[in-house]
Amino acid sequence: MGINRREFLRIAGLSTLMGLGGKAAWELVFPGQALAQYTSKPGALVAKRWAMVVDMRKMTESLAAKCIEACHSAHNVPNMAAPPVDPQVTISDNQKNRWQMKWLWTDSFEHAFPGQEQEHMQERLHKMQFLLLCNHCENPPCVRVCPTKATFRRPDGIVMMDMHRCIGCRYCMAGCPYGARSFNWRDPRPFIAKLNETYPTREKGVVEKCLFCEERLAKGQMPACVEASQGAIVFGDLTDPKSKVRELLRTQYTIRRKPQLGTNPHVFYII
Amino acid sequence: MLEKALVGSKRYFQLLGFLAALMIIGGSMYLWQLTFGLGITGMSRDVSWGFYVAQFTYLVGVAASAVMVVLPYYLHNYKAFGRIAILGEFLAVAAVTMCILFIVVDLGRPDRILNVLKYPTPNSVLFWDMVVLNGYLFLNLLCGWVVMEAERNQVAPPKWIKPFIYLAIPWAPSIHTVTAFLYAGLPGRGYWLTAIMAPRFLSSAFASGPALLILLCLLVRRYTNFDPGKEQIQTLAKIVAYAIIINVFFFFCEVFTVFYSQIPEHTQHFYYLFKGIGPYAKLVPFMWVSIIGMIAATLALVFPQVRQNEKTLALACGLVVLTTWIDKGLGLITGGFVPNPFDRITEYWPTGPEALITLGVWATGFFILTILYKIAVSIKEEIRA
Repeated sequence: MGINRREFLRIAGLSTLMGLGGKAAWELVFPGQALAQYTSKPGALVAKRWAMVVDMRKMTESLAAKCIEACHSAHNVPNMAAPPVDPQVTISDNQKNRWQMKWLWTDSFEHAFPGQEQEHMQERLHKMQFLLLCNHCENPPCVRVCPTKATFRRPDGIVMMDMHRCIGCRYCMAGCPYGARSFNWRDPRPFIAKLNETYPTREKGVVEKCLFCEERLAKGQMPACVEASQGAIVFGDLTDPKSKVRELLRTQYTIRRKPQLGTNPHVFYII
Repeated sequence: MLEKALVGSKRYFQLLGFLAALMIIGGSMYLWQLTFGLGITGMSRDVSWGFYVAQFTYLVGVAASAVMVVLPYYLHNYKAFGRIAILGEFLAVAAVTMCILFIVVDLGRPDRILNVLKYPTPNSVLFWDMVVLNGYLFLNLLCGWVVMEAERNQVAPPKWIKPFIYLAIPWAPSIHTVTAFLYAGLPGRGYWLTAIMAPRFLSSAFASGPALLILLCLLVRRYTNFDPGKEQIQTLAKIVAYAIIINVFFFFCEVFTVFYSQIPEHTQHFYYLFKGIGPYAKLVPFMWVSIIGMIAATLALVFPQVRQNEKTLALACGLVVLTTWIDKGLGLITGGFVPNPFDRITEYWPTGPEALITLGVWATGFFILTILYKIAVSIKEEIRA
């Protein structure tokens, strides 16, 4: 009956190891096993490496606005520029600018790709509004600097954000060279026009950003912006040679934002 | 020894009362910040760090500079500094406390601060900053306290304290190096992306810290019966002179690389700070006061006559403290964020509540400093009597 001495020592030793070193120690002894329990549900969209291609030949300003609307309403991103939902709340023009929240936004060529603009560029480049978002870098500086692992890289390349762990130090905002991160300078709720009950709202004091719609991928849906883009945004697995993103990258000339910084961004642009 | 802090002159309690009043004002503003969020500050999506982080950076330097007193005394057996070592260490204690407070008031979710310990992340420089700052606070409190107690009992300090004292010496530059690495390793921020940032931090620290210590020594001499000593102040003055020369030299090394290479990511921040970009020029007058004042202080401190006259020395030291503060406490952080990595400009200026919270933290530091100096000075007076 019960356990013998050897068995007892083994269990005691392992529990001490877990207690002292937590998951890291467990990983040393049984590599990969702790992670194995995190598997996707059937029906989820999975990839070895997610990537996005924005086809600017098809992207118009009104289409971009639709994509932004789809993203921001799906994720309860407050619109600081619009009049607050709660009439008691007031906001000055200066605050509208300082407290901006954006996961997906547009900017001109010279500001999206600074340093690459020239005076006599192709005319249409001057007018183009590029759709910008988190680049889900292979080597993300935000993950490198975060002191709590509140932002981390998933094996499929999505740079995630745990808003329940974030301490609001904003080191990631200083680290990100793409301006992809927004901080909740105040309670965002009075600025959410239409609440999406299926997605959490945030509290003041934490950082947020685009997560490649991981919650939609888990349900087998494409990201909200991709769905709204009428084919102008293509999303898929970069490791699959037959995927649409690979086909576009193979056949079209694409550029990325600030690749010289070594971050290896995974959002590509066809001009 | 703490009992020494409980008795004192009327002036001592007036000073404490004044500082406590500032702390209460800052504290109540902080309560407002806790309820509303960091939106009550002037920070923005583009300039996501401001006054708090800048003060933190400056004060890490002040804290690190205690080594300029401790090192000559313990490693070179420069006996004169035995008299003021405790003043250097206690200044470091007060400065590190302010650093930690400035980090806390800068957090969006201070209630989650222990996540840094709960999920230790060695790849984050902020994690190491937490380690070195707390370690340095502990080391200075321990070494200062034990040595002072031995001095009071007029016995030699216990042998076991020696390793801690020796450890505190390399620990001092490490806190400011790690603080420089917070900024100097970020790929998108040209103003900070420079290998000379840590050396610059150290040189400005070893100028501003001892300069502040000289001013404090002069105050201690004036208002108490303890004289930190003429020789001590003169040696500190030489340290300030060398450090500020090196600091100005490092600044021009930076300026050369930035402007001879002409790489826009690096030049644009200098243009913003020293010339302004279009209508955006809030910091320009401050930066010129800083650099011209710093050069003036350097030239003045080179002359022995200026250093030997304690009035002109105090003026020069005040100028060093002010100009290095503008450089780090005002220009460094904002300058790194403006313009943002996409050539767009949002300017930053601290708001009233933000300034009052900042003042409250400074007052807290000086409250601690006053108490610690009171204890140290009372014991020195007691031994002399």
